Amino acid sequence: MYAQMVKSTGKGVMSRADMSPEDAAFQDRIDAGEKIEPKDWMPEGYRKTLIRQIGQHAHSEIVGQLPEGNWITRAPTLERKAILLAKVQDEAGHGLYLYGAAETLGISRDEMTRMLLDGRMKYSSIFNYPTLTWADMGAVGWLVDGAAIMNQVPLQRTSFGPYSRAMIRICKEESFHQRQGFDIMMKMAKGTPQQKAMAQDALNRFWFPSLMMFGPSDKDSVHSAQSMAWRIKMNTNDELRQKFVDQTVPQADYLGLRVPDENLKWNADKGGYDFSEPDWEEFFEVLKGNGPCNVDRLAARNAAWDNGAWVRDGLMAHAEKKRARKTAAE
Amino acid sequence: MKTEWPLWEIFIRGQHGLSHRHVGSLHAADAEMAIKNARDVYTRRNEGVSIWVVEAEAITASSPSDKGPMYDPSESKVYRHPSFFDIPDDVGAM
Repeated sequence: MYAQMVKSTGKGVMSRADMSPEDAAFQDRIDAGEKIEPKDWMPEGYRKTLIRQIGQHAHSEIVGQLPEGNWITRAPTLERKAILLAKVQDEAGHGLYLYGAAETLGISRDEMTRMLLDGRMKYSSIFNYPTLTWADMGAVGWLVDGAAIMNQVPLQRTSFGPYSRAMIRICKEESFHQRQGFDIMMKMAKGTPQQKAMAQDALNRFWFPSLMMFGPSDKDSVHSAQSMAWRIKMNTNDELRQKFVDQTVPQADYLGLRVPDENLKWNADKGGYDFSEPDWEEFFEVLKGNGPCNVDRLAARNAAWDNGAWVRDGLMAHAEKKRARKTAAE
Repeated sequence: MKTEWPLWEIFIRGQHGLSHRHVGSLHAADAEMAIKNARDVYTRRNEGVSIWVVEAEAITASSPSDKGPMYDPSESKVYRHPSFFDIPDDVGAM
């Protein structure tokens, strides 16, 4: 999931008795499966939760370019390099669609960017992990984009129209990325012993961080219930995590790689795998800014913003000048 | 000076499309840059052959609460749907 620990109203689900007539009418529209559009009335909590979630999702696309961009100059073949470039370009586009969707809620992209840069808004915990070898490009595509798809496919039916339409666009491209990642893993897992060891090492390092992408366990997820009542969120964190494990373990088997979890076992009764919980302490530390790359990632984004200021201003000044000249000529 | 780039709405006509469809929005300093970025973001996979960009500020939208008063009356105006005239067979195809 690209949006984690999104705070909703801070209270539990609003009961029918506490609802104003507007709130009740709004909830009826949601329950009837109607899409909410930007000019419609919506509760302040709904608007805020969506700004946080879509904004965080957009930030994740942008920050997510850094761990992969790290390998562009070092990709092992020209074909892989071209694919990686196209993928990173797609992520920029996804960020753009999502900022656009968030802006329909009455916040500007620059405002959201400032909030990312000074740490008031978050991005996905996964991008605070380093990409140490080429095999990590495979693991990120296969596992990280795989987890993102698991979460984003149901979001195509989310109640806020602009968000659901952005998801439809993004899911299509995201599934290209997952296939590209799996293809890298296949090549490496079936390559030399050293290549296979690299693939295994990448899986070892990215397995639990990928499981964390779905957010904390349902029992600790205080804001989920309201988000689900508003149909901003369609499934619980644990549901999606289970689905991801059930889908991914057979793919690891196919690669001849071992999922780094002693407790992983097929459970015929529930028709899914039993598996270990990720280290939630680590998760909360990463979200607080204490993961392996948090400082680097934010420093890179801040440097790009600050050093690019004169270019942004220059383009604006040029546009103003052209506009003035055109008006004078008319 | 205002430093935030304005928002542009993007419309694309597909290869075999009859009309331009709204596909999304983006920020750009001017119309030229908006066209260039729209080409990169929205037509990378042959999605279209023609791009329109419009500054979002220039668009006025109807309000969702007007739905009833705006569109309902057209249902009662049957004379707008001329599908019920009897044309004699002798006249031929019309």
